[in-house]
This record gives sequence, C-alpha cells and structure tokens, in this order.
Amino acid sequence: MRPFTYERATDAASAVKAVSDNPNARFLAGGTNLLDLMKLEIEHPTHLVDVGRLPLAAIEETADGGLRIGAMATNSLVAADPRVRARYPVLAQAIIHGGSPQLRNKATVGGNLMQRTRCAYFYDTTKPCNKRQPGAGCSALEGLNRNAAILGASEHCIATNPSDMSVALTALGAGVEAMTATGAVRALTVADLHLAPGDTPHIETALSAGELITAVTLPPAPTGGQVYRKARDRASYAGGLAMVAVAGGQIALGGVAYKPWRALKAEAALAAGQTPAAAAEAELADARDSGRNAFKIALTTRLTVAAIAQAQGGKS
Amino acid sequence: MKTTMTVNGQASTLDLDPRTTLLDALREHLNLKGSKKGCDHGQCGACTVLVNGVRINSCLSLAVMHDGDAVTTIEGLGVVGALHPLQEAFLKQDAFQCGYCTPGQICSAAGMLKELADNWPSQETADLTAAIVATDAEIRERMSGNICRCSAYPQILAAIRDVVGAVA
Repeated sequence: MRPFTYERATDAASAVKAVSDNPNARFLAGGTNLLDLMKLEIEHPTHLVDVGRLPLAAIEETADGGLRIGAMATNSLVAADPRVRARYPVLAQAIIHGGSPQLRNKATVGGNLMQRTRCAYFYDTTKPCNKRQPGAGCSALEGLNRNAAILGASEHCIATNPSDMSVALTALGAGVEAMTATGAVRALTVADLHLAPGDTPHIETALSAGELITAVTLPPAPTGGQVYRKARDRASYAGGLAMVAVAGGQIALGGVAYKPWRALKAEAALAAGQTPAAAAEAELADARDSGRNAFKIALTTRLTVAAIAQAQGGKS
Repeated sequence: MKTTMTVNGQASTLDLDPRTTLLDALREHLNLKGSKKGCDHGQCGACTVLVNGVRINSCLSLAVMHDGDAVTTIEGLGVVGALHPLQEAFLKQDAFQCGYCTPGQICSAAGMLKELADNWPSQETADLTAAIVATDAEIRERMSGNICRCSAYPQILAAIRDVVGAVA
C-alpha cells in the first residue's frame, strides 16, 4: 500500500469538502473493497476521509410508505431489518447472497453501490485496462472474459458491476441521495447511478468528485412476489455469473452489464401478457458475447424465466 | 497516528502508520499472534476477530478506523483453564488439523452465535420473517467466510453444533 494520510470525518459537509478539494482523496466507509484495491495498488489515494462513523446509518420510514436507508448502514443490518425482510425480501435476499458474513458486517450500503468491478484485468496491474489507465486498451476483449458483460458494453470495456444488493435496489426502483460539494443533497436513482463505459470506462458513476452518497430510498414495495436468484460457480461466497431480481412486475439483472440492469423490455412484455420466456428473450435479444462469456446469454435468459415464474407463484 | 483500542479488555494506545491493518496492529504491535494472515484480502477468514462483538476480517480494516473500539481476538475469547465453549468443542470434536484457520473459525463462530441469537437471516433462511432454525445448512452457510485448507469442515460443524445444541 502506498502512503496516505487519514482523517475521521466529524460531519458529512466537511467530509464532502475535504474530498472535493483534493483530487487524490477518497471516502473510506467499510473499506472492504477500497482497502483491498489499495493493497493491490489499483487504487492509490493520498488521503482518506473516514465517513464510516457519520450518523448516516439509520433505517427510517418515509412519508410515502417506503424506507430510507442511511448510506453507512452495514449490509448485514439492512438484511436483518424486520421492515426490509417483511416488505422488501428481495433486498434482504440479494444482500445475503453477496460476500461473506464478515464482509457484510463491515461493508456499507453506500460502499456497496460504489464497489469496483472484479474483472481480472482490472485487478492485474501488469495488463492493460482502460478503467485503470485510460487509453491503455482492454485486455478482456480477447482474454479471460468468461464473466464479462453481455449488455451495454463498449469496445473499450466489457467489465461488469458485481453488486448483488444493487440488483434488488434497481428492481425496487430505489433512489440515491447524495451530498454535493456545496452541501446540498440531490436525488438520483440507483438505475442511473452508473454510467455506460463508452470510451470513458474510467468514469463509472454520475457522482461528481467529492460527492457523497448519504442514503438509499425505497419507494413502497410494488404489488406481487419478490424473488432473487443468483447463478455462480460455488454455492456460497462467490461472485455471480448472472443474477435476477424480481419485484412484482419490475425486473433487474445483475452480473451482465456495467450496472444493475433494469429489464424494461422484459417488464413491458410481461405487462402485455407475454410469457416469462418471451419476456426474458425480449430483454436478452440485444445481448452480445465476447467469446468465453457466450454461455451467460442462455444462463441469464433461463434464470430470468425461472425467477419470474417463481415470483408469479409458479414452480422455479 | 495515535489510536486507542480496547483489546481483549485491555486499553492500548498505539502510534501507527495509517496503512497498518487491524490484523497487523494485533499481530505485530500487540504481539497477539492468534489471528492469522492467510490471504490478506478478505477471502479466507483466518484473520476474523470481533469488533464491538461483530465478526469482521481484520485484514480489510485499518487499525486507525478502530479508535475507541473493543476488539476481541482468540486470546481474549478464552484462556487455558477457562476456555470458551467453542474452544472446548473444537478440542472435543478434533475440529482442526494444522490449526492455522482455527482462531478465525472460532472467532467467526462466536460472532455467528450472536447473529443467530439476533435472528439475522442467511441465504439458507427459507422464511425471512420467522425465527431462524440453526440447521446444519444454516451453520455451513454462515461459516462460508472461513476456509479450512485441511478440510476439517465436518468436525467444525460438529463442534459448533455441540455449542448451538441439537435442532428439534
């Protein structure tokens, strides 16, 4: 790890100012992703602003009948919350399908949204990666791309977003609250948080430098069954090859793109009375593989069909 | 950078490079060698300790993040003559071979017992709104963050089962 200075933030506004004023500063919350990347010298901030103890961990009812989850709430505490389990089971399920208990006990909701890709070439500092080093090239295009994106990728980057939690948040139509450099809090959606790689895959989110996620907001749960399904190489503690979250008529896919992928085409097909199979095929019609990840198109299609059928009360 | 933690009931103030992980602070600065460095990337669980009663990977945490925290390592869980029930059970069930992962396994299991008591769900929990039943599948899943290279998993499960009690 390269040297850095450390400060513990006393309030959100001063933390935002500290990071906004210093292009080499980063927020530190749970640290489970950032510190790992710093050990590997993929991330090398010179200053860390620890926001982990800011009073932003509460889970509260909102006026519209939803929930507001503070960004510093740990993944474990969100999944354990009785209101989340009763009203948003897909969110609890998604969280407990990610990482290990030790990681979930430290990782925060805000940090989970901001975690980086697990693409092997992003991690391998001896190989070109446009995310790490803009313009260097993408080694995954013709390399070990078994878990690469099948939707929304570009010729510059085919990395996927690894989050389980954010797939459920996207299906639930969740929002994000973020504090900007001026101290104002603005609202965006989880679905719009991540930016398409295009020719700037190193720019990953719509947040500006120093902007801090302060909360995630859940609208009232949609009517209908909620299901989270994850396909992976081992039964526990492994990143997903494909994930599907269904909340009533709302569907999101994980592990397939640079962001949790709201499956609007599948939703429209279902709303028009089409079968789960037709809905899944409509969504995956635009899918493109890079070779070793070709199987993910069929896998994601089948997992989506199974998840929709399960949510509708049928057999999975 | 000055950091004060209560480790195994004893307050310690250390002057640390901010890069020092909690694991390295425990092992190299406080000479508590029970917690192990396996992968150093949060993948193996050998470094698991309890911070304010919650199990975490001490390799993926900076010591300076834990100023004011109470840390419990294997050395604080029990001592010879007054072992923790999990330590007794690991001995009785021969729940290790080389022993390298054992401190992490036991600290993890201790954290897991509290999570079970608090009715936290796992991916094996069929009904998220009911009381958790500590089936073998639940225990295995809840211990999946701890790898055992010697593959003593059946004995580890048996040891934890001894402490959790049989499921009706």
